[in-house]
Amino acid sequence: MSQQFYVSPEQLMKDRADFARKGITRGRSVAVVHYADGIVFVAENPSRALHKISEIYDRIGFAAVGRYNEFENLRIAGVRLADMRGYAYDRRDVTARGLANAYAQTLGTIFSSGGEKPYEVEIFVGELGDDATHDQVYRLMYDGSVADVQGFGVMGGQSEQVEAYLGEHYTPGLDLASAIKVAVTALGQDTDPARAVEASALEVATLSRSRPQPRKFKRLSDADVSAALGA
Amino acid sequence: MLPEGTRLTGSSSFADYLASSAPELMPGAASRSGGAHADLAPHATTIVSATFDGGVIMAGDRRATMGNVIAQRDIEKVFPADEYSCIGIAGSAGLAIEMVRLFQVELEHYEKIEGTVLSADGKANRLAALIRGNLGLAMQGLAVVPLFAGFDLETQQGRIFSYDVTGGRYEEHSGFHSVGSGSVFARGSLKKLYNRGMTEGDCVTAAIQALYDAADDDSATGGPDLTRRIFPVVSVVTGDGYRRLADDEVGAIADDVIGGRLTRPDGPSAPLN
Repeated sequence: MSQQFYVSPEQLMKDRADFARKGITRGRSVAVVHYADGIVFVAENPSRALHKISEIYDRIGFAAVGRYNEFENLRIAGVRLADMRGYAYDRRDVTARGLANAYAQTLGTIFSSGGEKPYEVEIFVGELGDDATHDQVYRLMYDGSVADVQGFGVMGGQSEQVEAYLGEHYTPGLDLASAIKVAVTALGQDTDPARAVEASALEVATLSRSRPQPRKFKRLSDADVSAALGA
Repeated sequence: MLPEGTRLTGSSSFADYLASSAPELMPGAASRSGGAHADLAPHATTIVSATFDGGVIMAGDRRATMGNVIAQRDIEKVFPADEYSCIGIAGSAGLAIEMVRLFQVELEHYEKIEGTVLSADGKANRLAALIRGNLGLAMQGLAVVPLFAGFDLETQQGRIFSYDVTGGRYEEHSGFHSVGSGSVFARGSLKKLYNRGMTEGDCVTAAIQALYDAADDDSATGGPDLTRRIFPVVSVVTGDGYRRLADDEVGAIADDVIGGRLTRPDGPSAPLN
């Protein structure tokens, strides 16, 4: 008969956290930056089809790092949750806070239940407010913990270096071009010496108050990104 | 916690998801008993649509009736379905508006999940499926018969699709169509006024003439309400997207049409040969 070894809960959770963290740091970072007119998500992503940044609802955006199949699963669940709530109640009743809570509960349950392996993902959920003070971004960790992101946030990859650069160079109230520029330069800080990231390797999307349509999410084309980087 | 079912892999259709996880929210899901209910709820009436080079327009009168009573005089029956298409409703107003809401979410949902927009034919087919789902109620007199029009991004032209209560889908190649109680008169009018070379502005005028003719002969279709300044809802869909004409734009065209009718009440005449 095989002997079952005793593993303390602390050790078990630590092992699971290490496992998840290792998966998340493997890829490139994703940054989110508040700017004067809204929120901009910037990711390094050579793929045109497999998005890291997506639209969830009228004023809600989503960005993720880690395992594609896992965050895609969460993204679709989020779209379904949001569309269902908006259809059953009203479009104004769909909030990022509600969505972040649902994600947190789900990630937390998966993390602490013994059955499934923890999800190797981290997520940003951003919601555009009526003015800059009401813009919100939540950061969700693999274990279901939630943090409110003020100003800027970075997850995945070598996020410490990227975050440190943004900490030094970010100022509130940037225009869109400057916000993209500082975020892209920051993403290049994960190697020593820092690299320059090409516009064609970037996935950039905004939640912008200046958009007249009710759906505020917009993907920026390579040309738009190049223009912003050149400015 | 994400509700059960949201994390299952499955179709990109919101209607399918709704039908499986919250069937009570489907339009027409309410329990029903036998018998005809045609006069139970407000009825929406006439919609006209016409294509021009580079797009399509759709217009609807503003009246809803309940038997012989005018239930609402400023109802809106033409809606954007997504950025490049619009939908006009005739039939049981409550069910139709709910179906439009579901159709709008359906298109947006697909777009978000798949990361690409449905083709014009794909949209038209999805609408057909939603109408088919309402067949039971349609047989009790609560039919929904929409008219769907959109700008096809692939062929770069306006297209019009009509439906029957069983979900039959028919593309209108003549360039114009009309549905609803006054549609017989509106279509007759458009037949004489419409031609393919028309500009967007001419199409709008022809549509307002047609709605005037429908209101002239059909009691359930509302004519322009001059005292309250209530005019048809007119939408234009082109390569630039969906746009609803402002009330004063439509008002100005309607005033011209009415001005002409003061001297010739039957409207413009078409040449005999």
